[in-house]
Order: sequence, then C-alpha cells, then structure tokens
Amino acid sequence: MTETATPKPLLEIKDLAITFSTPDGPVHAVRDANFTVMPGETVAIVGESGSGKSTSALAAIGLLAGNGSVSGGQILFDGEDISHASEKRFVELRGNHIGMVPQDPMSNLNPVWKIGFQVKETLKANGLAGDNPKQRVSQILADAGLPNPEARANQYPHEFSGGMRQRALIAIGLACRPRLLIADEPTSALDVTVQQQILDHLDTMTSELGTAVLLITHDLGLAAERAEKVVVMYKGRVVEYGPALDILRNPQHPYTKRLISSAPSLSAQRGDKHEAIVDEIVPGKAEPLLKISNLTKVFDIRKGFGRKEKFTAVDNASFEIPKGTTTAVVGESGSGKSTIAQMVLNLLDKTSGEITFDGEQIGNLNEKKLFKYRRRVQPIFQDPYGSLDPMYSIYRTIEEPLRIHGIGNSASRQKKVAELLDQVSMPASTMHRFPNELSGGQRQRIAIARALALQPEMIVCDEAVSALDVLVQAQVLELLDELQREMGLTYLFITHDLAVVRQIADNVCVMERGKIVEQGTADQIFAAPKSQYTRNLLGAIPGASLI
Amino acid sequence: MPENQNFNPEDGLQMSKVRAGKVSKYKIDHYVAPLEETPLQAVDSVKETGKPLSMWAEAWRSLRKQPLFIISAIMILAVIVVAAFPQLFTSIDPNGQNACQLEYSNEPGRPGHIMGFNLQGCDVYARVIYGTRASLLVGVFTTLIVVILGGALGALAGFYGGWIDAILARLGDIFFALPLILGAIIVMQLPAFRENRSVWTVIVTLAIFGWPQLARITRGAVIEARDADYVKASRALGLSKFKSLVKHVLPNSLAPIIVVATVNLGVYIVAEATLSFLGVGLPGEVMSWGNDISLAQQQLRSNPMMLMWPALFLSVTVLSFIMLGDAVRDALDPKARKGA
Repeated sequence: MTETATPKPLLEIKDLAITFSTPDGPVHAVRDANFTVMPGETVAIVGESGSGKSTSALAAIGLLAGNGSVSGGQILFDGEDISHASEKRFVELRGNHIGMVPQDPMSNLNPVWKIGFQVKETLKANGLAGDNPKQRVSQILADAGLPNPEARANQYPHEFSGGMRQRALIAIGLACRPRLLIADEPTSALDVTVQQQILDHLDTMTSELGTAVLLITHDLGLAAERAEKVVVMYKGRVVEYGPALDILRNPQHPYTKRLISSAPSLSAQRGDKHEAIVDEIVPGKAEPLLKISNLTKVFDIRKGFGRKEKFTAVDNASFEIPKGTTTAVVGESGSGKSTIAQMVLNLLDKTSGEITFDGEQIGNLNEKKLFKYRRRVQPIFQDPYGSLDPMYSIYRTIEEPLRIHGIGNSASRQKKVAELLDQVSMPASTMHRFPNELSGGQRQRIAIARALALQPEMIVCDEAVSALDVLVQAQVLELLDELQREMGLTYLFITHDLAVVRQIADNVCVMERGKIVEQGTADQIFAAPKSQYTRNLLGAIPGASLI
Repeated sequence: MPENQNFNPEDGLQMSKVRAGKVSKYKIDHYVAPLEETPLQAVDSVKETGKPLSMWAEAWRSLRKQPLFIISAIMILAVIVVAAFPQLFTSIDPNGQNACQLEYSNEPGRPGHIMGFNLQGCDVYARVIYGTRASLLVGVFTTLIVVILGGALGALAGFYGGWIDAILARLGDIFFALPLILGAIIVMQLPAFRENRSVWTVIVTLAIFGWPQLARITRGAVIEARDADYVKASRALGLSKFKSLVKHVLPNSLAPIIVVATVNLGVYIVAEATLSFLGVGLPGEVMSWGNDISLAQQQLRSNPMMLMWPALFLSVTVLSFIMLGDAVRDALDPKARKGA
C-alpha cells in the first residue's frame, strides 16, 4: 500500500453486455458488467454455472461461441478497446499478450502430437521459438515443474497424468510471457492435493513473470485464497466485487452471503441439529447395518497377447456402518472408493472378503434374496445427466422401482410418486416432464426420489453431489440430512471432497490406493488427523484457513 | 485491509504465505450492486410453465420446421399412395388384356399416354405407376427384416460382449466383406432362389447382406448406452439384465438405427433395380422400375425417354428417403439435444 499513484488497469471491463442469439430469441448472458484487472494482479470471477463468468472472460480473448457477440460496453486491454477487434488483432493478442489455461486438461491437448511439439507450436505461432526451439521447450517444461523435461517433451499426452497435463497447459499458456493469463476453472477436474500443487505453481510462475491472472472458478474459498480481488457474478451481472479477504469475511450482497454459507470448504462441521442421532450411536452398542471385512477386489488388466496383469483396486478394506448414520469413504481418484460402492450394491463381484448387511452375507445371495436385498439398498450416482433414462418421463422413472417390485396398482403408484416428489421438494407437476427439462440438481433430487420409492434402509451415494454447483449441492445435502432424520436412513457416502464430508458424515474412512489409511468419527478426522495422507487432504481444502 | 498491514507483496512468492490469502498493492473498492437489479431467486427453481416434452416430441417439433423433412415426407407419402392405389393415377391397367398393343410400339407420348409406349406397345406411364409397388415392397420389407435381425444380433453382441460379441462380430465381418450386389447375384443364382423368383427372394437376398451393417450400428449404440448410470440404477432397482437391455438400453439406442434404416431403404430400392436390371432380380412378369430400366436399355438410342421415366421415379424416391434420413439425423443428433 505504498504506491499511491494509480497505474492504468491492464484489463478493464466497462458496462459489458454479451448476447447469444438462439432459436428461442436472444439470451443476455452478461449485462452491465464492470471490473478491472491491474497489472500483475490476480482477480477471481466467482459464480454458479450460467452466471456469465466464463463468457465474460472468453469475450476478452475473442473466443465467444459463434452465436454470441458483445452487444454493449467495452473491453479495454491496456487502453485499447478490443470488444469488436478483428480476428487478426485477436490472433496477435492471444499468446503474446493474453494467455489461456483451459478447464479440462484431458481434452485440451491434441492426443496425436508430442507435448514438446505442442509447446513449440505455440512458440512458433508467436515468433518466440528462437534459434534453439528444442532447448527453449525443455526450459519451459522445466519451469512448469515437470521433472526430466527433455524426456517429457517426447511423450504423448496420454502418458501424462491429469495434473501433469494441466502443468503442460499452464506452460503453454505462459510460454510467450503474456501480461494477462485467463485460467478457466483450471483445476476443477483435478484432485484437491493436485489442485493445490497446480495453483501454488501457477502463483509462483505468474508472480515471477508479473503476469496478471483472471481466474474463473465456482469455488469461493479457492478464489479468496488465490486472488487479491474477487468478482462475484450472478445471473449475468456483477453483484459484488472487492478485496478477496474482505468479500469473504464481510460479504454485503445477499447472493455472496448465500454463496459463503453454502460453500462446503468454508462452512462449519455437521450442525448441532444432527447430534441427537449421533449420540445414540455408541460404538459396540448399536448393531452395524453394514459390515465390511477384509474386502478385496482384484481386476485383471489385459496387456495384449493373452497376458494379464493383476490390479488390486480395493485391498483388505474393513469398516462398519451403524444404523441411521452416515459413513463417508473419501479418497482421490483411483483410490478404490467407487469400487467398494459397486460391490456393496452387488453390481460388481468381490474377489475376497465379506460384506454383511443386517446379519446376512451378500455376494452369494440367490436370485430371490438378491431381489429382496435390492429393495433395501439403493444407489444415487454421480452424473445427474446420466443417472436418469432420457426416454422416461419423471413419473415413469420414479414409478419403475414400484413396478419392478410389484407394489400397488396404478392409482396407488401415482399417489406414491406424488408423495415422493413432495419429499424431495419438487412440485407434483414435475412428473409429466422429462429429464432434459430439469437442471442437474433437480435431476439428482429425482434420483433420490427413485431411490426412496422402495423405502430402502441404506442409500449408497457415489459422488452424488460432486457435479453440482455449491448452492445446489448444499440444498441436496440438506435434503439428504432431512430424509435421514425423518426416515432413519443409513448412508454410505462416497466422495473425493473432504469439505463435503464435514457437512454430512458421522464417520469417515480415508482411502489411499485401495487401502483404508485412517478411519474414525468425522470430528476425530478433522480435529486430529493421524495419517500424513489425511493431513495433506485436509490442508488442500481451499479457503479453509481463511475464516 | 485490516490484519495484513505488514504484508509485503513480494512475500506472495512464498507458498506458505499464499495460503493466507493475498492482498493487493492497489486499492480495491468494495462494490455492491443494488439488490433491485438482480433480485435473488430461489435456488434451482423448477420451471412449471410450458408443455412437457419428451425427446421424441422435441425431435418432432424441430423436424416439422425443417423444409428438408417436409419435402421428403410429402414425396414419400405420395409414393406410398401410388404404391397402394395405382388405379387412382391411371385408367390403364398394364396387366389387362389389351394393355399392350404392338401397333403402338415405341411411339412417343400423346394425350392419354403422356410418356409414350415401349417396344411391346405398353403404356410407359401406367407401367411406371404400377411398378412402384414392387420397388417399395422390396425397400420396406428388406429394411424391416434387416432392422429386426441386425438390431437383435447387434444389441446382444454389444450388451453381453465377450464370446457372443466375438462370434457375432466375425460372422458379420464375413458378410460385410462380400459386396452387396456381387453376393446377391451369386445367391440369386442358387437353385432354390432361381426357381422361385419373386419379390420375396429378392427381399431375403438383400436382407442376408444388409443385416451386418445394422448390427454394427446397433452394437455401437448399445455399447454407448449400456454403461450409463441409469442402466446401473435400473439393475440396482432389481431389473434383470435382459430386461434392462429391452427397457432402457434399446430405446436409447434407437436414434442411429432409425437414421441408418431410413437411408438404407433407398439403397435397397436401388439394389433391387440393379439386380432386376442385371436379370437376376425380380422375375420379368413383375412390373418394377428395375425391370423397366432393363428393358429400355435395349432401345437406349432409338427411344431414350423410355429409360428416363422409370429412372426418374427411382431417383426421386430414393432421394426422398435419403433426405428424410438426413432430416431425422439432424433432429435426433444427441449433441443437439438440450442439456445432454
């Protein structure tokens, strides 16, 4: 705060309006947006999907979708209005002056070209390849924190992990030393620990180069932790902006307040309202509903020519779920947590070990018993767009389990479907609609209604809220919590997000590479994690340390 | 910026400091938009207005606005009406006693006989109208058999995988490797077929060589749909494996099958014409466009119009089916589907 002279902003968005023309008429994606990015500053745009955050940023680099255009206001980059700049001007700006790190590291590298070639391409396009492009490429990859850059440059994208690819993409984005870097959800596809590394790395590189960063994210905790300034967008408008920490600690606009109270990483642990049930469960006293002992799953991976390799996805896992409680299984991708869920649901055969549900072993159930078991244990899956049959109306979707199990006649089933919709707070008129007309969160509520139709005792939630925006996520978690209190449901909650665990779980199992490395009550895990792995996971939750 | 007064921006380089949040060296205003501008709405409110639309209803809505679809549908309807009631379009019955009179051989058109006469003195227009039925029958029934046979085998192969898939895929490959026309010529020469030539032998022959293509398409679509979460969910609800194939996987695989089947219908009509032209398709006494083209070929120089008319009807019909297939593909394109 020593500098008193106000330097010119690097990027200035003035009264920006962006309109998409669609068959149903124009859609105003962004209206009257105002914010600035100063040189070397990190600014985060936060908002739910559809809030216009990505659209505003893409307009600054001239990459709006074909039917979108700037319909008002200005985008000033270093004083020059680029809101209607020609494609030629944007080509000059991109790379050299404005870099970009895209969202999905999996699809943004061309799989048929070597990494080194793709970096070289960027350099060449901007005339920065120099006399010895090869050396320059390895220098850039080394800067990106990739060990052994010469060898790495000769590898193809599929040989890189997600985190390494994102590093390579950051390297490409920063290769030409742009003055502004637009990072569109750069880590939302990655595990939290990898996310932390990548963002640390991005921080270091951009502060070394003095690059300003426009960070687009849905995670307010992450934004507050990584940016100096936070811009909150809602329904295409900027509703609040200001210093990051100030926004986080002293939000003014009701929407920002709502965001902060819903963000799992920022909110407190499972509320007092739940303690009544937790207290009843004293270990050893209550009979566990589900008991898993020494569960192991080994997959055969075909290596061609009939050779097979064994891969142990779940290694000797044991835990118990007391009736009426929630046990979360947490781990990064590839830790085997979903494999456990599939085996509990009997959709996948176990290799060895035992799964006991209500005193009965599952795995060698006969058809009839399995059919009964299905009624008592129901799943909710991750992808809200994939878990409902697009051909089925909502009524048919929720009615299907009743029909399969021959419950009631068509009149009583109709009544039941309306009841179930009411339980998940959806209007009864929804039953005539189709999944494609509902949002992700609504679809997930329909999936919950379907799971509840058979009045199960246990629900297996496989990343059930991971694909949802924070506000919707909070809403669904609350719904699950309410249903548990009303109906005494038991949840097996599979997730990669420790922050969510704190909101919903009573007990936690932490998994690493197929093994359970730590288990205990949620309070124990969060207050005094024993294993290094859990500590890393906890430390990587963005924004947790700021409140 | 309250508790960070001593924060030096240079320290931002250290990672440990980063985790404590950053404070800019510039003064940043704290702006709050007036609430009236963006009133808060309920989180994730449900749209209750508007008519509910299934995927098919939505496809239909977009289809009926497409000129390509409207034109091809009208033409196909016309062809179907002609095939069903040829007598509505001509008063001359080409199968009748006095349908062909040699005295008119190769005469050009005149009132009442707008397309003229062929070598045998038969009215070309009446023959073309009555020939529609055989061509359409071959197209429709071949497509039906191919969809049922190819669809079923492809669905089983795709859904169950493993050895069923391996056997069916190899079997399909064998048929796939034979060119349709060449294979059909050989089959039509087999004694059982040669002696019982009729519309049905042509249909069966074309179906034998047509199913592998549909089986492949179905297999691909089924493989895509079978791993969807809603199939897993239906299994967890207690639906058997086969029932989940019938109730969930197949309905969701229909779109590409319908598209390919529509386009192929036109292809089979052409194949029938080709076989008849080569003299191995429909028997000579069955009136069909292929047979007429074959007959006309002999007088191509003296009376080219005689070949023109059946060929024109054939191309327009085939074009309509291919256009319809294109229009349906656009409407059912999963990428264009809302929300998916």
